[in-house]
Amino acid sequence: MTLVSIRTKTEPDRSREAAVEVEGVSKRYPTGVLALDNVDLTVGTGEFVCLVGASGCGKSTLLNLVAGLDRPTAGRVAVPGGRATLLFQEAALLPWQTAAGNIELALKLRGVGKAERKAKSAELLDLVHLGGMGDRRPHELSGGMRQRVALARALAQEPDVLLMDEPFGALDAMTRDLLHDELERIWSEAGLTIVFVTHNVREAARLGDRIVLLTSRPGRVAKEFAVAIPRPRRIESPDVSGLAGEVTAALRAEVARHGR
Amino acid sequence: MAVDERVLQQEMAGLDALEQEQGGRARLANRVWSAAWPKLAAIAIALGLWQLVVALHLKPDYVLPGPGPVLRQLADTVRTAEFWHALATTMRRAVFGFSMAILVAAVVAPLVATIRPLRTAVGAMITGLQTMPSIAWFPLAILLFKLSEAAITFVVVLGAAPSIANGLVSGVDHVPPLLVRAGRMLGARGPRLFWHIVLPAALPSCLAGLKQGWAFAWRSLMAGELIVIVANRPSIGARLQFARELSDAPALLALMIVVLLVGIAVDAAFGTADRALRRRWGLVDTAT
Repeated sequence: MTLVSIRTKTEPDRSREAAVEVEGVSKRYPTGVLALDNVDLTVGTGEFVCLVGASGCGKSTLLNLVAGLDRPTAGRVAVPGGRATLLFQEAALLPWQTAAGNIELALKLRGVGKAERKAKSAELLDLVHLGGMGDRRPHELSGGMRQRVALARALAQEPDVLLMDEPFGALDAMTRDLLHDELERIWSEAGLTIVFVTHNVREAARLGDRIVLLTSRPGRVAKEFAVAIPRPRRIESPDVSGLAGEVTAALRAEVARHGR
Repeated sequence: MAVDERVLQQEMAGLDALEQEQGGRARLANRVWSAAWPKLAAIAIALGLWQLVVALHLKPDYVLPGPGPVLRQLADTVRTAEFWHALATTMRRAVFGFSMAILVAAVVAPLVATIRPLRTAVGAMITGLQTMPSIAWFPLAILLFKLSEAAITFVVVLGAAPSIANGLVSGVDHVPPLLVRAGRMLGARGPRLFWHIVLPAALPSCLAGLKQGWAFAWRSLMAGELIVIVANRPSIGARLQFARELSDAPALLALMIVVLLVGIAVDAAFGTADRALRRRWGLVDTAT
């Protein structure tokens, strides 16, 4: 059984409408560094795309552009799928707010009424299995719990597209494992589109519908892997390992290029 | 197709429970004692040194009395209505001047912190003002306002406002960029970003600025009360000046102790507020 089909050129998935469109995007920083060079990427509505690449491949830059936190030097970025929000590697919770307070601020900034905010934040905390933890402050929560509060806060914005920048990178393997299950569940229930940046190839194979490998310095799309492994997946399953192996080989070849 | 929700819930709860910190805070009595004994020891040492200097007879007793006569004088003084009247006047001036300083800083600092040209123009001036000894303002203040309350307030505000403003400005400067990006991602822009993200994030630095501002206000006020004596309005500073004129050394030293105690008490209040804030934010190591 073939689990992987490799295309070297990006082709949008015509079967669904585009949620994110990146066309010929380049980004040069004022320091002169070319972070992204002519990147094309289309993410279909409801698709779970993982971006992998070594250091300096501009993964985070690309997410910032899609999130609207930065502007491309050339090319076009559009989010026809609706509202996009970004989750960082650190939970970036406001330390002066409780867990619920962080979520309620997101609701408030969206114009949700005061009475509704309380109920809605409790509901979101339940969704990430943190019911009853609303009055905890960020420092009273573990790293994994903080990241779930951050996820709940992002969901409070009712995004259509969730951009995740190595969100589980700083967590231990056990916690990360559970969060993969959790994220997969929320993704399938909420019908989200997810663009997930990671340097962890296994994680990409565990989660993605499609894995996009980026080159480094400058970042370009090198290869794509469509993941045909049926869900639910386990990170330790042979299929996931096998695919991770293939992606790793491609990634290593790409990294080796810079050693010459 | 979906992962088993019930099992996931259980695993998640188990992991959360294991990752939670255990144990509460130390008992109140222990905390009070461990905070109090170094201070009590310091006071004992200070009194001892004082007594030692007096015992050496470097100065006659009527110029430099020992702790005994001074503390007896202090005990007598605090039993008089005039003393409390004077203290009330002084504290009213302190609170009014300090509040005005906060008001001035609250208007100036956000503008200076957020508008770049203004920052370049005024930022250095604020720091300059801060280093200027407040007593140097009094000749001008007296020229402008005569020997009046306004002269004192003027100098107290000039003494305190730069520190308070500086605290806010540097707080805004040091807001973690990640929180700003998170705030922008939540849809906060412009004034809303400032109000919901930047200002609260700058709070610890603001508090430090307020604390320093208070110290400057208190110093300026004491200088002011020694120089600007408003008729028929007794204050701590005025009484201090009279004690010197009457060569009443015990009364003079007793009043100095009062000045010191008020300064320490207010500083301690700011310290408590600062610690409470840090504990809420998780900026203190709870193990100690």
